[in-house]
Amino acid sequence: MIQIEYILIVSAVMMFAGIFGFFTRRSTLAILLSIELMLNATDLNFAVINRLMHTGGHEGYFFTLFSIAISAAESAVAIAIMINIYRQLKDTTADKLSKLKW
Amino acid sequence: MDYQYTLLILCLPIVSFLILGIGGKWLSHKAAGLIGTLSIGTVAVLSYYTAFHYFAERGADGTFASIVPINFEWLPFYVGNLHFDMGILLDPISVMMLIVISTVSLMVHIYSFGYMHGERGFQRYYAFLSLFTMSMLGLVVATNIFQMYMFWELVGVCSYLLIGFYFTEKPAIAASKKAFIVTRFADLGFLVGILVFGYYTGSFSFDFTENFQYAAGALHGVAPDAAKAIAAGGFILPTALFLMFIGGAGKSAMFPLHIWLPDAMEGPTPVSALIHAATMVVAGVFQVARMFPMWIQYAPETLHYVAWIGAFTAFYAAAVACAQSDIKRVLAFSTISQIAFMMVALGVCTEMTTGHEHVGSVGYMASMFHLFTHAMFKATLFLCAGCIIHAVHSNEMSAMGGMRKYMPVTNWTFLIATLAISGIPPFSGFFSKDEILSASFAYSPVMGWVMTGIAAMTAFYMFRVYYGIFWGTENKQLHEELKAHGHFGEAPLVMTAPLVLLTLFTVFCGWALPGSFGSFVSADGQAYNIHLDPQIAITSVVIACISIGLATWIYIRSSQPVAERLKAAMPHLHEWAYRRFYIDEIYQFVTHRIIFAYISRPIAWFDRHVVDGTLNGLASGANYVGESIRPLQSGRLQQYAYVFLLGVVVLFFIMII
Repeated sequence: MIQIEYILIVSAVMMFAGIFGFFTRRSTLAILLSIELMLNATDLNFAVINRLMHTGGHEGYFFTLFSIAISAAESAVAIAIMINIYRQLKDTTADKLSKLKW
Repeated sequence: MDYQYTLLILCLPIVSFLILGIGGKWLSHKAAGLIGTLSIGTVAVLSYYTAFHYFAERGADGTFASIVPINFEWLPFYVGNLHFDMGILLDPISVMMLIVISTVSLMVHIYSFGYMHGERGFQRYYAFLSLFTMSMLGLVVATNIFQMYMFWELVGVCSYLLIGFYFTEKPAIAASKKAFIVTRFADLGFLVGILVFGYYTGSFSFDFTENFQYAAGALHGVAPDAAKAIAAGGFILPTALFLMFIGGAGKSAMFPLHIWLPDAMEGPTPVSALIHAATMVVAGVFQVARMFPMWIQYAPETLHYVAWIGAFTAFYAAAVACAQSDIKRVLAFSTISQIAFMMVALGVCTEMTTGHEHVGSVGYMASMFHLFTHAMFKATLFLCAGCIIHAVHSNEMSAMGGMRKYMPVTNWTFLIATLAISGIPPFSGFFSKDEILSASFAYSPVMGWVMTGIAAMTAFYMFRVYYGIFWGTENKQLHEELKAHGHFGEAPLVMTAPLVLLTLFTVFCGWALPGSFGSFVSADGQAYNIHLDPQIAITSVVIACISIGLATWIYIRSSQPVAERLKAAMPHLHEWAYRRFYIDEIYQFVTHRIIFAYISRPIAWFDRHVVDGTLNGLASGANYVGESIRPLQSGRLQQYAYVFLLGVVVLFFIMII
């Protein structure tokens, strides 16, 4: 069986990669991808920590399922918004989308 | 006798005011005038009916009872049991005033049909006349000093509105503002006086018996607030009464608050007759007469100051009237002078009881009598002046002269009113003036001779203006021109009829009243038979005749060498008198050069720089802070996220520690 620390390292790497991507990428699509990456890191943590602390239980897996469902819905909405923004402004760069600032 | 219906006297004019004020736009001139005149006519009938019944019943003690048909508490003050009542008080002087006001007002309403014919704003004019009549009637029937004050301000407003009736003309606007500001300024004194009076006597009512009990009780230590009442008996009441007199002096144009009245002549002439000669300007005299029992009881010395102020005003106004060339100005100054006569008559009183031996209170009766007769003959004079101005389209005597040929009715009525104001028997002015002179002589011979001298000046300047209009140098060129236009000559019947009616009053009310005026109105209510003191009467008539002779000698001829020579001999005096002794300029100097420059300007600076500066500083500070934190709201998603992350990190470390 794989040591639990290894899996946690993987999820931590995914998490920080997501955060890094979120702050550094300028394309909204890339930012959305980074968010997905962070969500996946947490899903992984749910599953691993369920196995570690409640062996035989299923709560962590269910949470993972919920989380996946919600993130799917969220990306659908986000992409829909992005398509609309693109139609309006012909651009989806995060820096340019500052029309609602005040 | 039930006097409930007297409420109608106040209600009818207010109804016609509302109809004319709101619906005037849709009414024809004739309908508007008729509505106003009918309502005032009804008021006049009711007033005469009231007077007839009121004076028919004498009480058991020989006086006329004070009747209060209506009185209700309107506003409580929540201080010392004071309350502000509204009601109607009938006593000899208020009933007498009802007669004066309704008569003159009705005459002016009728006369205005002719005078204001075709004028723009005819309906507005009648609406204001109605409002004025209501306010003035309300003033005289007030049951307490506060109600009087309320109506007092209302008549001030009406005066303002009517002086400024020709609101497109600059002088009229300036005059109306001047009248309002000067009288308002004086009314501040009145208000302070009322409040002090009410606070110390515990009542605003004109029923002074309570006040006397209050003060008498204080001396025995049983009054609710003995210390207050004792202070009131000492110097507070004279102060309060004098403050009220300042308000009265503003309304009645006593020196040095007279400056508004000559300028008020910018209004239509019938308005001058009604407001600035017969009724509103005597409100000050009426107020002093109303408070007379308090004056006599608590402030007799102060009352004599009032007399001297009046004497000075009478002299000053008479002197100025001798040099004016605008006929309405002459009449205005003569009004000031005559009102001052009434003030003097009140001021020389020393006691409350009348009767043959006690002459100390004749002045009260004389003052009211003169008020009554003066209202009639001065209204006549003003309405005559209106006819003349209507004919020649100018107020200046230089446009007149020789008018007796063209306007016989005006000539005769003006002459009779002039004889009355000069104090020639048997016209009414003689009787009232004679009573004033005997009251003055009873007070002090100095006062008596001063007033006799001023009466002589009155005769002189009135005949000067009479000759200047109807005899003297005729302005033939102007008169020919006017004749060519076809509107020159005697005024229409609607204007001359009021003149004749008012002249009848002037002729008869001196001697033809049943009993005499003194049997209706006197200080203590007991009938007082007016009897002429032969010495004073003969002296005053002889002196008046001498001045009339002098005026005739100087002014009746078509060339006036004597007047020219006098003017040349005393150029400065003439110039000074013509310029009203520069009182207006002194006011101008004091207000503009001193008050505006050294008080108002610094206050304005303080307001602009310190008060406004503080608030402007607050606003610009907030603006600056807003501008500087604005970049935080950049609209860039990732910048927000950085801040969020920073917050998370900080919180993380805080939690660890």
